[in-house]
Amino acid sequence: MDIYRSLINIVGRDSVSNSQEELFIYSRDSGAQRPRRADYVVMPGTVKEVQDVVILANKEKIPITPLGGGFTLSALVVPNKGGIVMDMKRMDRVIEVNEINRYALVEAGVSQAKLKSYLEKNHPRLQHSTPEAPPTVTVVGNALIQGHGHISSRYGINSDMINGMEVVLPTGEVCRIGSSSVGPYWFTRGPLPDLPGLFIGWFGTTGVVTKLSMKLYPRPGYRELLTFSTDNIDLIPDAIFEVTQVDLLEDFFLINQEKPDWMNHVFFCLILSGHTKEELELKKNIYKKVFLEFNTLKGSRGADKMKLVEDLHPALRKRFLDVPPVAALAADFRKGGGFEYTGTILPIDKIPEAWRKGIEIAHKHGMICSYVHQILGGHSIMFAFNYSFNRADEKDVERTRKALEESNRLTFELGGMVWKGEVGAQRLAMARMDPNTAELIKKVKKSLDPNGIMNPGNWEVVK
Amino acid sequence: MKYEDIIHRCFRCGYCKLTGDYSDFNCPPYRKFKFETYSPGGRMWLIRGWLNGEIKESERFREILFSCTMCANCVEHCVFTFSDDLVNIFIAAREEMVNKGIVPPAVRDYLKNIHVNGNPYKESADERGKWADGTSVEAYGDQEYLFYVGCVGSYDERGKKIARAVGNLLTRAGVSMGILGNAECCDGNEVKALGEASLFNLLAEQNIVLFKKLGVKKIITLDPHAFNAFKNDYPALGGEFEVYHYTQILSPLIQSGKMPLTEYNLGITYHDPCYLGRHNGEYDAPRAILKTIPGVRLIEMEQNRENAFCCGGGGGNFFTDILGGGEDSPGRIRVRQALDTGARIIAVSCPQCAKMLEDAIKVEEQEDKLKVMDVAEIVSNAMG
Repeated sequence: MDIYRSLINIVGRDSVSNSQEELFIYSRDSGAQRPRRADYVVMPGTVKEVQDVVILANKEKIPITPLGGGFTLSALVVPNKGGIVMDMKRMDRVIEVNEINRYALVEAGVSQAKLKSYLEKNHPRLQHSTPEAPPTVTVVGNALIQGHGHISSRYGINSDMINGMEVVLPTGEVCRIGSSSVGPYWFTRGPLPDLPGLFIGWFGTTGVVTKLSMKLYPRPGYRELLTFSTDNIDLIPDAIFEVTQVDLLEDFFLINQEKPDWMNHVFFCLILSGHTKEELELKKNIYKKVFLEFNTLKGSRGADKMKLVEDLHPALRKRFLDVPPVAALAADFRKGGGFEYTGTILPIDKIPEAWRKGIEIAHKHGMICSYVHQILGGHSIMFAFNYSFNRADEKDVERTRKALEESNRLTFELGGMVWKGEVGAQRLAMARMDPNTAELIKKVKKSLDPNGIMNPGNWEVVK
Repeated sequence: MKYEDIIHRCFRCGYCKLTGDYSDFNCPPYRKFKFETYSPGGRMWLIRGWLNGEIKESERFREILFSCTMCANCVEHCVFTFSDDLVNIFIAAREEMVNKGIVPPAVRDYLKNIHVNGNPYKESADERGKWADGTSVEAYGDQEYLFYVGCVGSYDERGKKIARAVGNLLTRAGVSMGILGNAECCDGNEVKALGEASLFNLLAEQNIVLFKKLGVKKIITLDPHAFNAFKNDYPALGGEFEVYHYTQILSPLIQSGKMPLTEYNLGITYHDPCYLGRHNGEYDAPRAILKTIPGVRLIEMEQNRENAFCCGGGGGNFFTDILGGGEDSPGRIRVRQALDTGARIIAVSCPQCAKMLEDAIKVEEQEDKLKVMDVAEIVSNAMG
């Protein structure tokens, strides 16, 4: 069968390619992973086209890799076993914003930029949880890989904000999941069996999500960054505990950089917001008091003491108040255009150990340590082992791969999990996983995708 | 290749594709073709792959490189320190292709016509000054300004009308200026953008010699493309002139009341030409003219000024038409953006934009709702 012709018949000549140029670009991403072959790139414009491509692929047993923004950095949407890359960006409609019920229904190709801009223009009192990734990444892709946004400390990670979805199953059926399966509203995912869980965190191995409903939240009029610093890494877990006991944060980061010297401290960055100036001031005062009391409680002195950073560098202020921030700049720290990180979801009590060992890994590979960690609601931290590299220097890229691998291993040794881990990290997770759990994953995949066409190579049981 | 030492630094994060407020994708070839390959980042990575031998020269590769309109949206919005060089990198890659003789046929034909005829229209130089027949525009002698019209204003029917409108206005305003007529030669802006550096240098040097011989100190251009070449590229070749786009000359004259205007009661939206706006930072002069006309309601498109969406004619595409055709050709997208404002007129200050947008209006079948007029034509009408 001429697959290329068949794909043209489904999506049209302009939306399918097997040219070397598209195959080159879609066979790699911006992280450090090695390129992997793609055979076709298709850009469906409708659910029917998605469905027809999936049916074709299932019949012909050709792998499909669904792609949103393509910016996981861990090559999750670069095919492992060739086949079709399904770029969803032609499906880019904001279908509905239900203001009173606070949700947005979007197609799979809607970028963070588009939803943000749409809300600012049409529903300025509402916002969605916007990740630190560049604004070209998609809302759906980010939610499905369990991404975090700028209000995740307060409301949970973005996949927790999913109300429901429309999905094309690997065998071609179109399903609606959540309240839209029983009524006209897309306002809640339950009370029903929690079927969204079959598609969240699976990296496209269980179906192609074509629509998604996301919760929206009040957009405050005032935001401010309050920053404290210390040089005592061991104080971090208790400080996080105390800060998150007061439930008034919008977002919460820890940062540190070895260079320049003024950045070489542990900075606690508290992003506060309020609907009035008074509300914001109240929150600021409360957190200042929390840190004062913390110092008293710990008897902290000198460099250990939590200090309010009064003369915060404007670039740092901008870094944490911009939504989204231009975090991509990290890719040019070494004038090399490359950046990848191990996104470790870590128990908070393990932060000091991870902190010290992360510095060791960076130094071992000739890098300067740079940390930006997001605290997720006082229950865990997204601890980022960050590595900028020079794309033009293959040895440097290889060093980065090794550093990532070591960070992944460290993560599991510390009892953590790797967020959106590359195939190597997934294998580490699967190898450590309870065998019955791993078998359950296998059964679920087999049940939904009997021919194993959906992004194969991900979440596979290690033999 | 020039800039080879920085090309790997593109992270392909995609800011370059967007407007500054992230409200929409604003890269013309990306909007039309939608594959990542046609975005500035995709192009950067492909050029690097080509230089490394991972990508072979092909028809599609040529299309990807030559569909860039050089609109500089990427330069404006890329977040990295090398952003200023993005368009230069794309031109450098085109130069490599020209040197290897592997350019698309339309590009080859354009460059050949310039080489042989001194213009892309295969017309005789004797025809160049005919646009001025019947006007009071004088030949350049010892006037204060040279009025440089360029190939589109000299040969294209729509361009000639705009040239006449500008020439007549400058004359009525008492601006001391003259034209080169048949002695005028292509400014080379598109030649450079299409990667023919040697031919560009030849044209520029010819023009510089001629201008100096004639004692030219100040130049008014009809076309932002020529404005860009004279202002930014000629100085490095010894051509230091005071260069103005015609709107920069007319704007103070009109605002000072020296050119009395009657009521012109219309909603007008203004389209920023890339070579006047993003490349040279002139956003205000055309708008100031329009705002001075009594009765004119200037209604901005959502994508305006630094975020203006290119008509699709830049970087040589006006002549090569690699981006033409289809619902998402840049001209048609821009016309739909203009229609959204409810304005009845798209004002332009570039003959290439005028032609691109007029063609797009016809294809969109919106001739009864929207009309393209050059700022000079609007002023002429308002002067009665």
